[in-house]
Amino acid sequence: MNKTRTVSYSKWGYIFLIPFFLSFAIFSLYPLATTVYYSFFEYYRSGLKEIGPNFVGLQNYLAMFSEVPQYFGNTILMWLMGFIPQITVALLLAAWLTDLRLRLRFQGFFKTVIYMPNLIMASAFAMLFFTLFSESSSGPINSILMNLGIIDQPIRFMTYVWGSRGLVALMNFLMWFGNTTIILIASIMGVDPVLYEAADLDGCTSGQMFWKITLPLIRPMLVYTFITSLVGGLQMFDVPQILSNGQGTPNKSTMTVIMYLNQHLFSKNYGAAGAISVLLFLICGALCVLVYWSQTREDV
Amino acid sequence: MINKRTSKGSLFAQRAVAYTVMFLLCFLCLFFFYILLNNATHNNFDIQKGFDILPGGSFFINLQNTLNDANVPVLSGLRNSLIVAVCSSALACYFSALTAYAIFAYDFRFKKAAFTIILLIMTMPTQVSALGFLNLMNKMHLTNTLWPLILPSVAAPTVFFFMKQYMDASLPKELIEAARIDGAGEFYIFNRVALPILKPALAVQAIFSFVGSWNNYFTPALIISEAKWKTIPILIAQLRGADFLKFDMGKVYMMITIAILPVILIYLILSKYIVRGIALGSVKG
Repeated sequence: MNKTRTVSYSKWGYIFLIPFFLSFAIFSLYPLATTVYYSFFEYYRSGLKEIGPNFVGLQNYLAMFSEVPQYFGNTILMWLMGFIPQITVALLLAAWLTDLRLRLRFQGFFKTVIYMPNLIMASAFAMLFFTLFSESSSGPINSILMNLGIIDQPIRFMTYVWGSRGLVALMNFLMWFGNTTIILIASIMGVDPVLYEAADLDGCTSGQMFWKITLPLIRPMLVYTFITSLVGGLQMFDVPQILSNGQGTPNKSTMTVIMYLNQHLFSKNYGAAGAISVLLFLICGALCVLVYWSQTREDV
Repeated sequence: MINKRTSKGSLFAQRAVAYTVMFLLCFLCLFFFYILLNNATHNNFDIQKGFDILPGGSFFINLQNTLNDANVPVLSGLRNSLIVAVCSSALACYFSALTAYAIFAYDFRFKKAAFTIILLIMTMPTQVSALGFLNLMNKMHLTNTLWPLILPSVAAPTVFFFMKQYMDASLPKELIEAARIDGAGEFYIFNRVALPILKPALAVQAIFSFVGSWNNYFTPALIISEAKWKTIPILIAQLRGADFLKFDMGKVYMMITIAILPVILIYLILSKYIVRGIALGSVKG
C-alpha cells in the first residue's frame, strides 16, 4: 500500500525538475555544445563578409597558443596579487573576531562595512578607480598626495605595468576580503568550543590554538574558498576591462583571458572564441569536480 | 579563568592592534565612496581645481545634467536594469525553490544524479558558453531584447543549493504529509505550504540575485547594442570609452553614484540579513 503511494508521488519530482533542466539545456548546455563545435571551424567576419564555417580541425587551438598563455598568466598573476592578501587578512580578522579572550566590539558594524564593496557594481567600481587614480593633477588621489606634500608631481599610476595590475588587485582585494572574512568566521564558529576549552586547560596560547586547532579544522572551508576564488579569478573581466577600456593597457599587461574572449566575440571571430571557451571550460570543469569532491568527501 | 595566563597589558596591546587594523580597513572601504559621493556634489570646474574634502553644492545640477544627457540614456538604463534585475531574481528564487523542493520532497530514481549534476555546474562560469549563447540568441532574434538576460535565471544552481540547505534545516516533511492527508495537490502544497516557510531564505536570495543581475556586465554587453535597451553597466563602460578628459567630471561621478546607490541603499536597510545570508550560502551542513 505504502509502496504504490510513493510511486505515484515520484513523478512530481521529475515534473518539478523540468523548468530547471529545460532552461539549463537551452541556455547553457546547447550553447556549450555549439561553442565546442565552432572551435573546430574557420568562422569569422572580415569586414561585412562572413568567412566559413569551414572545418579546420585543431587549427584554432594551435593559433590560440601564441597569445593566450600570456593572458592566462596575467589573469592568474592579478588573481594571486589580490587573493594572497585577501586570505591573509581574512584569516587574521576571523581569528581576532572569534577570539574569546579579545572579545572585540563593533563586530556587526565592522562586518557590514567590509562586506559592502562586494555588492558594488564591479564596472562602476573600476570606473571610480579610473577617475580617482587619474593621472592629471586634479585626480583625487594625486591631488590628495600633493596637498599632503608626499609627492611633487602627479603619478601616472596606470602607465606602469605594476601600477595597473596593482590597481586591479587592490580592487579585487577590497571587493572580496569582507566576504571571505565572514565565511571564515562562520566556519570557525562551527568548530566545537570544547576543543578550545580543553586546549586552554592544557595551557595553549592563542597562537597555538589557531595553528593547531582552528586551521586544521577549517581546512575544507579554506580549500573551498581557494578553489571558488580561483574559478572567480579566471573569470576576471569587469574590473580590468573598464580600467583599461578593453585594451589591457599598458602593453596588454592587464589583458585577461575573458577580455580576450570578449574581443573575439565582439569582432565575431567565432572559431578563435570557441577554442578559448573550450580551454576555459576544461580548466573550470576540473576545478568544479575538485570543489564537488572537496565538499562531498568530508560529509561521509 | 580564561584570562589567567594572558596578562592584562598584552591583552590590551592585542586589542589595540586589532582595533587599529579594523579601523584602517573600514577607512579603506569607505574612503573611496566618500570621495565618490563628495565629488558628485561638486561641479566640473571645482573638481578640476583639485580634491576638496568638503561637499559642494552642485549635487542637483549634476543630477539634472546627467539625466538630461542624450548620449547616456540613464533613465531608460535604470528602467532596463530594474526590469532585468527584478524579473531574473523572481525567476531564480521561485524556480530554484521548486527544483530544491523536487530533490527534497520526493524519492525518484535519478534524484541523486540530478543533485550531483546541479552541484557540478554550480561553479561553472557562464562565459564558457557565451559564444553558443550569443549565436542562439541571434538565431532566435532575441538580441537587443531583455529576454536573454532574464530567462536563463530559471536555472540558478547557487540559489538552488541555498534553498536545499534551508529546506533540510527548516522544512519538516511531516508538514507535507499532513497537507497530503488533507487532500492538497502537490503544486498547492509547494506554493501554499512550503514557499511561506522558505520566506526568509527567499528574501536573502532575492537580494543576492537582484544585486548579481544589476551588476552584470559581460552578457548584457554582448546581447545589447541599441541605446534604448542598454543597462547601467553598459552605460558605465560607454562612459569609460568616451573621450574622457572632455567630459564633465561632475556628471561622471554622478553617473557612478546612480549605478551603485540603489544597491547600497538596499544593503544598508537589510545588512543584518544579508551578512547572515553570506555565511549560510557557502558553508555546507
